[in-house]
Amino acid sequence: MAQAAHGLGGLKYDPAKRERPQELNVFIALVAIVVAFELLGRLFIGDSFLFNTRENVEGIFNWQRLNIIILQVSIVGIIAIGVTQVIINGGIDLSSGSIVGATAMITMSFAQTALVNGNPNPKAIFGDWAMDLPVLVPVLVGLGCGLIAGFINGGLIATTRIPPFIATLGMMVTARGLSKWWSNGNPISFPTESYAAIGKGLMPVVIFVLLALLFHAIMTYTKYGKHCYAIGSNEQAARMSGINVNRHKILVYSIAGMLAALAAIVLSSKNLTAQAGMGVMYELDAIAMAVIGGVSLQGGRGSILGTVLGALIFGVIISGFTFLRLDAYYQEMVKGVIIVGAVVLDQWRQRGRSRG
Amino acid sequence: MSNDIILETRNLTKRYGGVHALEDANFTLRRGEHVAIVGDNGAGKSTFVRQITAVEKHSSGEIHFDGSNVEFKDPLEAREAGIETVFQTLALADDLDVPSNLFLGREIFRFKLGPFSVLDRKAMRDRTLEALKTTAVKIPNVDNAIRNMSGGQRQCVAIARTAAFASKMVIMDEPTAALGVQETAQVENIIRGLKERGIPMILISHNLRQVFDLVDRIVVFRRGRIVASLNKDETDGNDIVSYITGVKGASDAAVA
Repeated sequence: MAQAAHGLGGLKYDPAKRERPQELNVFIALVAIVVAFELLGRLFIGDSFLFNTRENVEGIFNWQRLNIIILQVSIVGIIAIGVTQVIINGGIDLSSGSIVGATAMITMSFAQTALVNGNPNPKAIFGDWAMDLPVLVPVLVGLGCGLIAGFINGGLIATTRIPPFIATLGMMVTARGLSKWWSNGNPISFPTESYAAIGKGLMPVVIFVLLALLFHAIMTYTKYGKHCYAIGSNEQAARMSGINVNRHKILVYSIAGMLAALAAIVLSSKNLTAQAGMGVMYELDAIAMAVIGGVSLQGGRGSILGTVLGALIFGVIISGFTFLRLDAYYQEMVKGVIIVGAVVLDQWRQRGRSRG
Repeated sequence: MSNDIILETRNLTKRYGGVHALEDANFTLRRGEHVAIVGDNGAGKSTFVRQITAVEKHSSGEIHFDGSNVEFKDPLEAREAGIETVFQTLALADDLDVPSNLFLGREIFRFKLGPFSVLDRKAMRDRTLEALKTTAVKIPNVDNAIRNMSGGQRQCVAIARTAAFASKMVIMDEPTAALGVQETAQVENIIRGLKERGIPMILISHNLRQVFDLVDRIVVFRRGRIVASLNKDETDGNDIVSYITGVKGASDAAVA
């Protein structure tokens, strides 16, 4: 009997009384928010949020809206995956939005096509040698940029012991400066067809889902994931247990940087252009997704699944406000309230548990 | 140096500024021997242990472990050499379950792939249950985070970890200080298990009943010096107390 194996030393243990997993709470919140929008929609504007109400379209659900919701969050969601493992590891990454900007600018410079409608590319950054390169070149350049930025973040945090907040704040400002300097603030446009294919249609969603599955597996089943939780939970204990904490931190921030770079590639490909202001506030959106999804800012707790659900809540709320024809200004204000609310809820949960 | 001796310190000294926390400690531990270190608060017991496990750097003197002169860089190196320690402050990761804590830093893998090596969670769980059963530790559910457990259960996990991986020598710094009666009995059982397995141990404890129950030899610290080293059978509680309080052996430092 499984139960007997659990209760060691004669203690009884009832699996049914186990604590509800945090992800289930987040999922319930997601359903509640969707239901709320559905009810508000029917009540105030006489339309359904979730279901198809148009006769010329097939299907029970309003797939168009659902597609927009997930497409909307998938690019920031890629960043949020990287940010999640950083926060679980006990850190924070404020630089991801700026890494998106800088990486998009640099990557796009290597993804340009020579001729636009028979004329030379008006936005060309480099000479002919950088035109019509195979798609692998800009992708590798981009990932390399993210890797370098993340490596610098992690290296600073591990070697100088400055707080992650400060190290990544420095990278945030520096990388944003770099993205403006790169082309004197001018946008970079006209990528090759193969580069444009990376973020076409639902590709961002596919990439997001695949990465979420991959990192869910990594965080759950590998040494890397286990050590992220261990370091975030008790860094001293992790060090004493023989984990190379410094090396691990550098790896965690490097991976976060590369995921931000990947988001930049998908975003610039989707938009067919790169601008110096790309990704502004993305770092905070990504952190918000993680926090809403139950990732504790104190480290040690949370999951990729939680962050994915948090991202969906994020997307549903933005889409829901548009659906209710409310101003975009309200969206931002409510976003702020939700982030604070999620952290407060987490604190309450912690206090409740430590009392028990 | 005889091959019978696992640990020997020669004139081990630690000064904090002008304070002599530990002076000329000459101490030996034989293979398989369990020794208790007793003494008043501030007598230098924990300081002595911290020098051996390299939590602090000693000011002078030598440490010989397992036949060679050692100079551990940090506690990790001491552990890798085979000295397992239960510290007064627990070294557990609160958000991890029991198997993860037991195997932290020495995980079992399904297959190796650098940092992304895949964990063999079943093997670690099975071995955890085994280790906990032999030590009779009471844990309601090993899959729960340590955070949700009582102080005694957490201490038992820490001690079970030490006992499970003990290879050459174990140090316990007041392992039962914060525990209830039942939990104390459990920890004492773990210590008896170590004795049966022939693993030498240094136990720091204020509990003389426990000390007489468990160890072969009692070493008394007073004001940073070793003042007595007595076989359990040749002494009694009153004798030990007079050494601790300085009624006996106040003038001459003994050789342990």
